Amino acid sequence: MLTKRIIPCLDIKNGRTVKGVNFVDLRDAGDPVELADIYSKAGADELVFLDISATEERRKTLANLVLRVAEKVNIPFTVGGGISSVEDVDILLQNGADKVSVNSSAVKNPQLINDLAAKFGSQCITVAIDAKQIEGEWIVHLVGGKVPTQLNLFDWAKEVEQRGAGEILFTSMDNDGTKDGFANRALARLSSELNIPIIASGGAGNSKHFVDTFVQGKADAALAASVFHFKEIEIQDLKKELQDKNIPVRL
Amino acid sequence: MKIVIINYGAGNIQSIKFAIQRLGYDAILSNDPKEIESADKVIFPGVGEASSAMKKLKDSGLDALVPKLKQPVLGICLGMQLMCNHTEEGDTTGLGIFDVDVLRFDTTVKVPQIGWNQITSLTSPLFKGINEKEYIYLVHSYYAPLTKDTVAKTDYGIAYSTAFHKDNFYGTQFHPEKSSVVGEKILKNFLEL
Repeated sequence: MLTKRIIPCLDIKNGRTVKGVNFVDLRDAGDPVELADIYSKAGADELVFLDISATEERRKTLANLVLRVAEKVNIPFTVGGGISSVEDVDILLQNGADKVSVNSSAVKNPQLINDLAAKFGSQCITVAIDAKQIEGEWIVHLVGGKVPTQLNLFDWAKEVEQRGAGEILFTSMDNDGTKDGFANRALARLSSELNIPIIASGGAGNSKHFVDTFVQGKADAALAASVFHFKEIEIQDLKKELQDKNIPVRL
Repeated sequence: MKIVIINYGAGNIQSIKFAIQRLGYDAILSNDPKEIESADKVIFPGVGEASSAMKKLKDSGLDALVPKLKQPVLGICLGMQLMCNHTEEGDTTGLGIFDVDVLRFDTTVKVPQIGWNQITSLTSPLFKGINEKEYIYLVHSYYAPLTKDTVAKTDYGIAYSTAFHKDNFYGTQFHPEKSSVVGEKILKNFLEL
């Protein structure tokens, strides 16, 4: 049986791991390659590296980091952050990334999703969507959730699927950093309206939140950062609890 | 031991090379027929879309070579699918090593299948020391039905082939190089055939 995936997310700035609370107040949480190795041994199903650097040499630094991770780690990983072209993706996949995630660049140039899916296959193209509710409507946001767009979350998600995305990583800005649980109603709607896997992100605070997002939110995978980085939740304990609740996991 | 990973421009070959290195071996990336023919073990990777990968294979002239190889050959993911008769993806004719047509998953399941699923009915030296129902990592939208050459099967809406073995040819739909310690063991079994 296909299992639900637990995905630690490592935010990367200038080659180091950081995690923002509501995407501000960054704290250092270690060396990415070391952390990746620890997580793979601890039972993580997959890893996401999200690069938030804004320097000139960021592409080179990221490509180099991907190579170092691929050398060490025997589970799949996704790389995202600032990816805006076929060339960007080509070098990251060549260096050993299994999937890439695009966000703002896909909103600005939706054709990029078609181009990437045609060249590399849908299976390695994740589209990340950050959204929050404005007057009851889920609105897609850019730049780490700071800039609202005109796009409705569900419309955009459907367009992304039609254009060839293999998976959606949905982060609720309303939930991110709150540790009050995932945005399960929006997730369940995404999961029922789309036929590609949905990764839940934003709001993980305890293991019950993961149970809820798989059961109520119908998510295929759940992503979190600080609860794992600061050892508030051990992945093995979490997976045992999920298994006790009859949620299929790899143990 | 000489291990060659066929480098025809359609595969996550870096990850396979690194996985082989972690097992204490080294692998050469090559599209040179002489290098490939003289290898002890050949790995035939593949990621991406079937018809464009097949075109790249033909452009490099390796489509005729691969079915004639005599040493153990392991096709991985799309590599395994291209070793079949045909795939629905891009209406692509394959190398015809495994006598089966590759089909797209229907819409009763999410497509692509991404993640960890279980392998059962293991009947090949590839799975020496591997328990039934072990988890392996898959990412794919097309699948090969069960045949007489099936040596591992998986359920995703239906039961299908996650590994083949016929003569000196092996194929895995899953990625051994990304399937944690289980995948590394399977890759090691292949290298030590």
